[in-house]
Amino acid sequence: MIQAIVFLPLIGALVAGLFGRVIGHKPAEILTTSMLIAAAVLSWIVFIPFFLGDGEAYKVTVMEWIHSGDLQLDWVLRVDTLTAIMLVVVNTVSSLVHLYSIGYMHEDPHRARFFAYLSLFTFAMLMLVTADNFVQMFFGWEGVGLASYLLIGFWYKKESARAAAMKAFVVNRVGDFGFALGIFGAFFLLGTLDFDATFAALPGFADATISFLWWEAHAMTVICLLLFMGAMGKSAQFLLHTWLPDAMEGPTPVSALIHAATMVTAGVFMVARLSPMFELSEAATLFIIYIGAITAFCAATIGLVQNDIKRVIAYSTMSQLGYMFVALGVGAYSAGVFHLFTHAFFKALLFLGAGSVIHAMHHEQDMRNMGGIRKKVPLTYAMMLIGTLALTGVGIPGTSFGFAGFFSKDAIVEAAYAFGGTAGSFSFWMLVTAALFTSFYSWRLIHLTFHGPTRADHHTFDHAHESPNVMMIPLYVLAAGAVLAGVVFYDVFFGHAEHVEHFFHGSIVVDAAIIDEAHHVPTLVKWSATIAMILGFIAAWYMYIRNPSAPKQLAEEHRGLYQFLLNKWYFDELYDRIFVRPARWVGTALWKGFDDWLIDQTLVEGLGRRVRQVTGYVTRLQSGYLYHYAFAMLIGVAALITWAIASGGLLG
Amino acid sequence: MILTNNILTIVTFLPLVGAFFILLTPGRDEVAERNIKWIALATTVVTFIFTLVMWGMFDPTTPNFQFVQNHVWIGDVIGYRMGVDGISVLFIVLTGLLMPMCILASWDSITFRIREYMVLFLVLEMLMIGVFATLDLAMFYVFFEGTLLPMFLIIGIWGGKRRIQASYKFFFYTFIGSVLMLLAIMAMYWQAGTLDIARLLQFEFSEEAQFWLWLAFFASFAVKMPMWPFHRWLPEAHVEAPTAGSVILAAILLKLGGYGFLRFSLPMFPDASLYFQNFVFFLSVAAIVITSLVALVQTDIKKLIAYSSVAHMGFVTMGIFAGNVYGVQGAIFQMISHGIVSGALFLSVGVIYDRMHTRDIDAYGGLVERMPKYAFAFMVFTMANVGLPGTSGFVGEFLTLLAIFQINTWFAVVATTGVILSSCYALWLYRKVIWGALEKESLKGILDLNTREMVTIVPLIILTILFGFYPAPLMDAMAVSVEALVDQYQMSVGLAQ
Repeated sequence: MIQAIVFLPLIGALVAGLFGRVIGHKPAEILTTSMLIAAAVLSWIVFIPFFLGDGEAYKVTVMEWIHSGDLQLDWVLRVDTLTAIMLVVVNTVSSLVHLYSIGYMHEDPHRARFFAYLSLFTFAMLMLVTADNFVQMFFGWEGVGLASYLLIGFWYKKESARAAAMKAFVVNRVGDFGFALGIFGAFFLLGTLDFDATFAALPGFADATISFLWWEAHAMTVICLLLFMGAMGKSAQFLLHTWLPDAMEGPTPVSALIHAATMVTAGVFMVARLSPMFELSEAATLFIIYIGAITAFCAATIGLVQNDIKRVIAYSTMSQLGYMFVALGVGAYSAGVFHLFTHAFFKALLFLGAGSVIHAMHHEQDMRNMGGIRKKVPLTYAMMLIGTLALTGVGIPGTSFGFAGFFSKDAIVEAAYAFGGTAGSFSFWMLVTAALFTSFYSWRLIHLTFHGPTRADHHTFDHAHESPNVMMIPLYVLAAGAVLAGVVFYDVFFGHAEHVEHFFHGSIVVDAAIIDEAHHVPTLVKWSATIAMILGFIAAWYMYIRNPSAPKQLAEEHRGLYQFLLNKWYFDELYDRIFVRPARWVGTALWKGFDDWLIDQTLVEGLGRRVRQVTGYVTRLQSGYLYHYAFAMLIGVAALITWAIASGGLLG
Repeated sequence: MILTNNILTIVTFLPLVGAFFILLTPGRDEVAERNIKWIALATTVVTFIFTLVMWGMFDPTTPNFQFVQNHVWIGDVIGYRMGVDGISVLFIVLTGLLMPMCILASWDSITFRIREYMVLFLVLEMLMIGVFATLDLAMFYVFFEGTLLPMFLIIGIWGGKRRIQASYKFFFYTFIGSVLMLLAIMAMYWQAGTLDIARLLQFEFSEEAQFWLWLAFFASFAVKMPMWPFHRWLPEAHVEAPTAGSVILAAILLKLGGYGFLRFSLPMFPDASLYFQNFVFFLSVAAIVITSLVALVQTDIKKLIAYSSVAHMGFVTMGIFAGNVYGVQGAIFQMISHGIVSGALFLSVGVIYDRMHTRDIDAYGGLVERMPKYAFAFMVFTMANVGLPGTSGFVGEFLTLLAIFQINTWFAVVATTGVILSSCYALWLYRKVIWGALEKESLKGILDLNTREMVTIVPLIILTILFGFYPAPLMDAMAVSVEALVDQYQMSVGLAQ
């Protein structure tokens, strides 16, 4: 069954990609979509036994891969609770996005190619989540990167799309640089790259040291930090996040699938999968907490002022990924995975909803040119509201009334508080502040898009229309997830510690202490995220409904801060100065200066001239050169043979 | 039996038979030219089939030389000695594979002196296979240096505008190396009393002798690889060479250096290899980083790929001198993979050069509009060049980096930045040439791959992906020989556990 889940999307991708022109667009769409729906149904069939508590983990070996010395890597599909969760997330969202794209992309002349890429992405993601060794995970990791690159650059005629695609790939490669080194380190230390063998070997290496560069450092810290660098790239964490907003150049279904629900959560998945390793390094987990908290905060601040509807949601995604990493860092791995799970539903919903808005507005993405379309697209509006309620975490603390994000986000905030210490309280306050901002920018998005008088031109506004059913049905399904995913699954992800342990069954580390403590935080802490959410809601209501001139005033009063946020903390400019331009400058210097001038003109040609002067051998007959060289070679060979004969005679 | 005993002679000299028939073909008209092309193609295809037969008969479970022929020949010193092991066998198959593609790539693009061209290519094939198949040091020297001659002529006669300078540089670099290697070969003979490679491999040279011999061989192989900073001739030669010349240069001739390191430097001079290990690592890492940076700012497609070749060869030298199983196997795999991928890249450049007669990156843009098949092929090869897992380019890079991490983390960290830099230049090229709107008037009538081009490129796509997912055929063929080589090396330098 697992083979079918993983390879059905691949079959769809190959057929649509290689024979899309032959079989036509419609068959390609139907084929890939039905393959994905089949895979999604099978995924749920795999998942439900795990949910009910009687699932058995197993592995299927597909084929031999790289065998060299002690390194024995095979293609293996591994199924356990964590994988089953990811299978459900990936295939559910992917099949819905496939379906949605039939409507969204119906005018595009390269639809077959689009669907091939989507399915290819899904295959790579499935290889990632079913990996049983580091290198197969790396394969999936880079494979999703390739698909992401191809899909961001899908509209390759746009310069911005081409640049964004390349940026996404290169920045991810910076992360992969760390990931690869982490793999090498793990192999060097443990002598294996299979997960089970690695985890089995870990206790013996808990205090091992490794000499890495100039340090004689704690081995697990070095390895985990390197691996986490990969996660930072893939999951767009602070410092390696610059590619994600630009990735919005891709078609909106792509943003929903890859840059919200699945690929960007690969980093979270990786840390959760390797949780036995990360548990051994306190420094690495502290680093994860800080990076996650800073990301959650930083992205939320930028999200406050963006005007592109997709970019707001993109920064929101980045921010929510920060939440997940804080959960992982404090040792509440199940809470991180829980948020990954619920986030996939409501964020995909928001993106597809935004796509529906963009579709209705004839490819307008700037919220400054929207407004008041609530009555034009009531269903989309309702769906976006559900997504927003889920994202901002609406619910009543202490009860089981709430949208999906409420349960998972509160779990993380409480876990951060329970973790305590400097890192715990720092991340707690960062996350609570981010929750306030989240609520603000989410409602700002709703107000700017759907409420108030319209700012769209007449033509666009009059022709705004609800999307076809093929696009709306995925929204309904995701909305159901955004409402129910929290309340239904809370118990197994973050309920009683015993239930959580039983559910995960050793597939990730479950720390009963932190879960218990999180359940017993002061009431005010339990309410903190909810209070922040309400404050954000009120602020947004005041600034965009009650007093619409307020945002402008505020921006003018704090011009510096506004520009700082609007320009995304100037990261792009900074990286351009310190990496991109110097690299090109150094490249040119090495080429023109070292290669051409020093080696070529000065040494080689200089020496050549000298040789010719000395031998007095000057010729103007250029074509003659070759034969002279050839002649010289022949003399060499003749000399060799003569010598051989002579010496043979002498010796013989 | 007859086949087993003589298979190496057959694959080595079969191309000469074809060359002989081409010389016999009368006339200079179109019919004669067509016949010549077909003879050349048939010869190379048959040779390829024989190399496959040889691979099929090859026994991967023994590290010994196989299909051995040993006849004393000139003055009791130089022998007609042939034999292959797991280290050389794959290179012969690679040569056999790429030659028919080179002939096909030259089908329409070579317009004059076709007879001479085809003869030179067949002679070149004989020499290249000879390098890998011979077990006599003097014969090795003859084959090794002999490959230069046809390559000179191919660049010099059918090359671009600056072909003379390019050939001059080609000569200048390789000549110094070859003189030193010749001296070293003589010295080895005086010491060991034989030129039989199989026996030389068992001979223990004194540490001092190893030092000098290692340096002399290094001079020749380092230029051939080419290692930084001896690489300057390569971009020039590539730019001026006709497509098939570039393919052979990148895919096979560069591998002669790596093969030399594996056959001679590491096993015969183990102490010196260890002594110079950090020196080689330094140059390798410099190649990976520096030439990648240089590739980043190129404006000529062929130069960019040539510089990227130098960077990829950096992984090879690094892996070889890491001296462990991962490094050596990774290095051989990287060489085979690079043979396929860089050959394919140069074939791809040839495709658009044939149509537009320019290699200037800025002259292109938006090719995907008119050439979707080409765009797909170029994407596969770009990704293999970047070392994406699932392509053959990944396996070698991964293993060599894994190997160096075991020895020195500094070099490992710096070398791994190669994965970032390669993505920069390779995707930059793809973005400029393939993507974009098709705006240039000159490109509006450009045609996608024709059948002949598909025949050359599709097999390379298949191999690139096949070996990425299932490298076992290559890994298994070399495993035992590599283990023996590494054991011997580690034993002699006292590293064995």
